[in-house]
Order: sequence, then structure tokens, then C-alpha cells
Amino acid sequence: MVGDEPALPYQRPPLSKAYLAGKSSLEELAIRKAEFYDKHDIRLVQGTVTQIDRAAQQVVLSDGTTMAYAGLALCTGGRARSLSVSGIDLPGIFYLRTFADVASIRAWAAPGRHAVIVGGGYIGLETAASLRALGLEVTVLEAAERVLERVTAPEVSAFYERVHRDAGVVVRTGALVDAMAGDDRVRELVLAGGERILADLVIVGVGLVPNTELAADAGLLVEDGIVIDDLACTSDPRIVAAGDCASHRMARYSRLVRLESVPSAGEQAKTAAATLCGKERPIAALPWFWSDQYDLKLQIAGLNTGYDELVLSGDPTDDRDFTCYYLQQGRLLAADCVNRPRDFMEARKAISRGLDVDRAQLKAARAS
Amino acid sequence: MSDVTFISHDGEKREAPLEEGASLMQIAVDNMVPGVDGDCGGEAACGTCHVIVDDQWVAEVGRSGPVEEEMLAMNPEREPASRLACQMRVSENWDGLVVRLPEFQM
Repeated sequence: MVGDEPALPYQRPPLSKAYLAGKSSLEELAIRKAEFYDKHDIRLVQGTVTQIDRAAQQVVLSDGTTMAYAGLALCTGGRARSLSVSGIDLPGIFYLRTFADVASIRAWAAPGRHAVIVGGGYIGLETAASLRALGLEVTVLEAAERVLERVTAPEVSAFYERVHRDAGVVVRTGALVDAMAGDDRVRELVLAGGERILADLVIVGVGLVPNTELAADAGLLVEDGIVIDDLACTSDPRIVAAGDCASHRMARYSRLVRLESVPSAGEQAKTAAATLCGKERPIAALPWFWSDQYDLKLQIAGLNTGYDELVLSGDPTDDRDFTCYYLQQGRLLAADCVNRPRDFMEARKAISRGLDVDRAQLKAARAS
Repeated sequence: MSDVTFISHDGEKREAPLEEGASLMQIAVDNMVPGVDGDCGGEAACGTCHVIVDDQWVAEVGRSGPVEEEMLAMNPEREPASRLACQMRVSENWDGLVVRLPEFQM
């Protein structure tokens, strides 16, 4: 297993949550302990693969060495999307993708400092909550008209804006960043229109770019992500792919879907491993996601793309627990469940099995 | 060294060394115990580390908390001694612990 990061493979989801807030350690983040790899004869190599030679069935590393393969798994993930504005390289401006990113942020995140977060997606909002817990002043700048615009209904966006404002975060939507300015470090952000916002540190969370260059250079089919079928096979039967870097042709949605979700990455990885071992284990699980902010546990079952009706259980303008169901032609597509684990488990089951749902039953509050 | 025994739905037993302070889910995953997935990495978000604590151990390890309750509420294999293994921190008194696994993880 070749990877370019120095630490053992680790869980990324806690980086913007418990780990940033100082509630967990790097040891706790490790997916497996070092002994696990030894015991199962898995060799970990810190390095960078620069080329896949499909004809020779080998990969080339940046130090010039080669490794032959019978089967190859591309689990290259993604990298933080960069913001191309002037001043972006000033000290005090961070992305949040790796353990090293968070270590840098933590070193700068002294109580009382003002952090500006560019991007009101899940990473940005989780980071805002964690930095508030550390005692920083926080401003979130979102370019769209509402936070989480790409992934949730307006009602859910409004809920999270309210929650963050109640926690003392300044949330500004429709805010386009034009430039960063400073001297030996970042001092302010300049918005389109000229307004300047003072900042002690800036965290940019504006999405992810899948690492597909290696696959594309090797001539594999890439459409946003590396295209895989239900068995995680790429366009070369000896090469599988899984995770953020992969676009899966999903029968459930009749299209290619590239998911940025740990559960989906795990599901695809299990299939990819089975395929390399000559077994058939099609990718089947319903995509799901979660996000922790403050005391709120959001669990999302399914993808809501194409919904034509919303059913709310609970009142997102007032409560701290509710579920937002997304329907398409009367069928349940997805559910955003805030502090409603039971609704989540039920929705996941109903969506996976295509069960009929009763709107009145969905509405009935089911929080305990 | 102290051990925990996982008994699969088919009755197959798997022993694993206990490690104080680790979660029972991590121990299962580190030892590749089939039937414990732990997809979310231990955040009580996925419900795929469901175990049923052996009757004589319930008093020692304790019952499920509110989030576990909710996660397990709809589970058809749920029993009174059901827990999510990720929420179980191993204590030094657990030597000989026995847990059963459901037929399916959700």
C-alpha cells in the first residue's frame, strides 16, 4: 500500500470535528494499528506513484523504483480545492484535508482570535463549530445564497444558519472573496465589492478535487472521477478504484455518481477487494453521510437529487431535532435527520428496499 | 492476557485480546472478526457494530445509552442486552467477556 502521507492510514471525518476541537488524538484516528499491517503481511510504503504502466503491469514511483502488480487498486481520494485569489499563499491561510492541515490550524487557533472560514459546506460548518468550542471568534463566508446549498433543502440550510448564529458565528451568504491581504501573515479578506474583513487566520473549505490524474494518464476512463462499474472495476479489468476518486455508475440513480462519503468509500473498497480476489460482491449499499456540529448529529440517508416534495417531521425553525424527508413522485429518496437516529435507521431501510411511505407517518414526531 | 469472545450467529467463536481503553468495535476490527463492520469509525452513526452482551456480563459492561437506543430501536435483531460495540470502552474487569453477533449488521 503506497501513500504519500507520513502517518498510518487514519480516519478523516473527525479532523474537522473531534480532532480539531482537541477531543481525540492521532493514535485514536488510526484506522488500524501498525501491528495489524505486520500481522497480515501488508507492506506500507510512503511514496508517490507517478505512473501506471498498464502494458508492463507495474507502477513507477517518484524515486524511480517500480512495483509489479497482478491487481491494482486506485484509492487516491482527493485534495482540497484551492481558491485562486491573490494573497492565497500568505501564512495563516489553511485548507482542511489532512492531519497535517489540522495540526497547523490548531497551532494558530488561539482563543480570542478571529477565524474566517471560506465555504459554508459541511467541512466549513463543522470547522466553525469546532473553532467556537476552542474559544475563537468565527465568521463563515458562503458564496451562494445559503449554506449547504449544493446538498440540502432551504429549510435545512436555514436551520444550520440559525444554529451557528445562536452559537455566535457570523454567517454571511452571497459573500464572494476577491483577495486575501496581509504582510508576514494574512490580515484581511477583501470581498467582491471592496468590503474588508479582518482575520487572524483563514480556513478555505470550498470542495474537493478528485485525484484522477494518474488514472487519466494511464488511459483509464475518467468522468469527474475514475469510472467504475458495480464490481469497482475501471475500464481496465486488472485495476479497481474506490472512494472519493471514483465515479460509480449507480443503477439506483441511473447515472454516474462520485460520492464524497466515508461509508461509500468503505463499501466500494470491500467490493474492490473482493473483485481483486476473484469474488463477486456488487456495490449495493445506499449512500449515507453524517455531520457533527455542536450538540447536533446530522445523519443523511440517500441522495436527494431530483426531489419534488419535502415532508418535515419536527420544526427546523425552532427545534434541535427534526427530519427532512425528500420525495420524488411519492417515493422516498433521501432523509436529513438531525438528532433523530431512529428516523435515520428507518429511512435508510425504507429507501434501500424501496418501501412505500406514508406522509402522515413520516410527519409524526419520532424523537424520544 | 485477557480475552473477549465473539460468537457469530452460526455459533462460531472468535477470541481476541482485550486492550483496556480501546472500544470493543476497534478490537473486533483490528482482529478481523467477521460480522462487525464499524463503518463510521466509532461515532455511533452507522449501527454496524451491533453486539449482544452475554447475560452474565450485562451488569458489568452496562446497558446502551440514549443514542445507541435510538440507533438500535428499529433493529429486528435487537435484544435487551444489545449494544453498539463502538460505545463500549474496554475495562480491566472485562477478562472473559462474551458477546454474540447478530445475523446481519444494518
